[in-house]
Amino acid sequence: MKLLFKDIDEPGLCTLEVYERRGGYDSLRKALGEMSPEEVLHELEASALRGRGGAGFQMGKKVSFLPKGSMDKYLVCNADESEPGTFKDRELMQKTPHMLIEGIVIASYAAGTTRSFIYIRGEYALPADVLDAALAEAREAGYIGEDILGSGHSLSLVVHRGAGAYICGEETGLLDSLEGKRGNPRLKPPFPANQGLYQGPTLINNVETLSTVPAIVRIGGAEYAKLGVETSTGTKLVSISGNVRRPGNYEIELGIPSREIIYGLAGGPPEGREIKCWFPGGSSAPVLTPEDLDVPYDFDSLGKAGSMLGSGAIIVVDDSTPIVDLAMKVAKFYRHESCGKCTPCREGTNWTVKMLERIDSGEATPMDLDIMASVQEHIIGNCLCVLGDAMAMPIGSMIAKFRPEFEAHIEAARGRNGLGASTPIASDAALAAQGALESELPPRGELAAHGAGDQAPGEHRGAAGTHRGGA
Amino acid sequence: MTVPAELRAEIEAHMANYPDSRSAALPALAAAQRVHGWCSPEAIDQVACVMRVTPAYLESVASFYDMLENSPVGRHSMYVCTNISCSLCGADALLEAVQDATKDDPDEFNVRAFECLGACDIAPMVSVDGVYVGPLAVADVPRLLDDVRAGRPVLPEKQLARRRVADPEAGT
Repeated sequence: MKLLFKDIDEPGLCTLEVYERRGGYDSLRKALGEMSPEEVLHELEASALRGRGGAGFQMGKKVSFLPKGSMDKYLVCNADESEPGTFKDRELMQKTPHMLIEGIVIASYAAGTTRSFIYIRGEYALPADVLDAALAEAREAGYIGEDILGSGHSLSLVVHRGAGAYICGEETGLLDSLEGKRGNPRLKPPFPANQGLYQGPTLINNVETLSTVPAIVRIGGAEYAKLGVETSTGTKLVSISGNVRRPGNYEIELGIPSREIIYGLAGGPPEGREIKCWFPGGSSAPVLTPEDLDVPYDFDSLGKAGSMLGSGAIIVVDDSTPIVDLAMKVAKFYRHESCGKCTPCREGTNWTVKMLERIDSGEATPMDLDIMASVQEHIIGNCLCVLGDAMAMPIGSMIAKFRPEFEAHIEAARGRNGLGASTPIASDAALAAQGALESELPPRGELAAHGAGDQAPGEHRGAAGTHRGGA
Repeated sequence: MTVPAELRAEIEAHMANYPDSRSAALPALAAAQRVHGWCSPEAIDQVACVMRVTPAYLESVASFYDMLENSPVGRHSMYVCTNISCSLCGADALLEAVQDATKDDPDEFNVRAFECLGACDIAPMVSVDGVYVGPLAVADVPRLLDDVRAGRPVLPEKQLARRRVADPEAGT
């Protein structure tokens, strides 16, 4: 069943003419012409459509949270799509921009908002140009503007280009950025539904979520809810990339086995390679292993498996990539993108990178893995937004699931860099031997003198640990 | 403060788009960067003058975003994605090749290792002045740079704009 990709590669689908020929804007006519806003909202709720941006919150509920009344209310489409591995919204905006615009108009009718914005990441130059052109056509045709098709509903729409910041995909960071500020997240509550853009009630939805709205109005919410599985209804775009033979976007019905997507659609890893791990929902999702391949691809099943569906971006990592390299990529990304406002995230991302560098150079001990894991635990839930969590969850899962490989990596790096022979992993016998040995070590003063030079205290502590462990 | 008339008009048009004109900060800075090549003190002053905000405010905004340049850079932006999917497909070697091939020409090229550009289906990839091309091999780099230097469309057959959806059952 294809709803979003029904006509996606039709030549010229980005133009109003072809889109209308394919039934485009019929849903808008139906919603604004024959239905009340309450009826549209009812269909959205009946569809049980869950947000496609990452959090998976039911869209109909989100719309219903907006206060009634005639104050200035806003609809913001989150087109920042910066979660690593995600590229589905790009495909939609570039190829079928009118579907998004139609969805925005219908959603704004249900929510009673009169001003709307598409916040698109600055790197998406082509999709933004396509959207601008489509918007001009939609205005000309009377789908955007005052008193749309005589319904009494008015809506303005502006395509707003970002300038390169992952955090602006976080809804409150996005709002600050849209207000012309640095994209720092805000404290919640108040939630955007009550106090969002310019302090007004604001509905924020992802591109794919809003693009699904015309299909829901067309077939009806109840019919839409029959697709997929009970708590994850409908179809979903999945972006699959990394070590697979056929990377790209696929529209699937939620609830099919993950194996079917990774092997059936994307062709699995290259010849002669095995899957080491995979991110089921962008780089912020805890990694899963080949044992999890039969988990149904839906919100709740992936949650039960210890990960999340997130933005629907599957990144497959094969057995040629060391887990430490993967962790380093992830950690460096979040360190770069942390806005610096909350201490656990700012410091936690930075120290995780530093600890990974120690592991990579062989200066770490297995105990550092415990420290690193505890740093991740102390980030989660302790910041204004979930950027820190987005590093802590995958890194924590890598340490938990691939600990022997981290330890082997430390040993190998230590040998390579001439930092001493291999360390027995702390068994009781080894600890006893170590205790006996420590009593033979020279007094502290001598050790300090021995280690003098241009070493920083932190490095010195690492080196001393190495001597002890290496004996 | 003299502001080029076209730039002033563009910034004012952006300001008119929003209930609060300060929302125009990002599009206005981007416009000034197109004129001046980077967010130079002069560029910042001009935006501040039209928007009626302080230069310090705009500097604080400009320094937050990766695409706004805080120092002079080469004419053509070359963002090499080095995030997970691209690096799994060889992005680090690609970045090195692009850096090596452009190191003597800093006025022409602004080569940056960039975070996920949202094109993992063509990994490893580069965004050349906003045009996405990939998947690229190290061997593609000389022709890519020739195209940029000559002002031609870069590697047309590898541009993302021409790529079809991967889903074999997607409608056409």
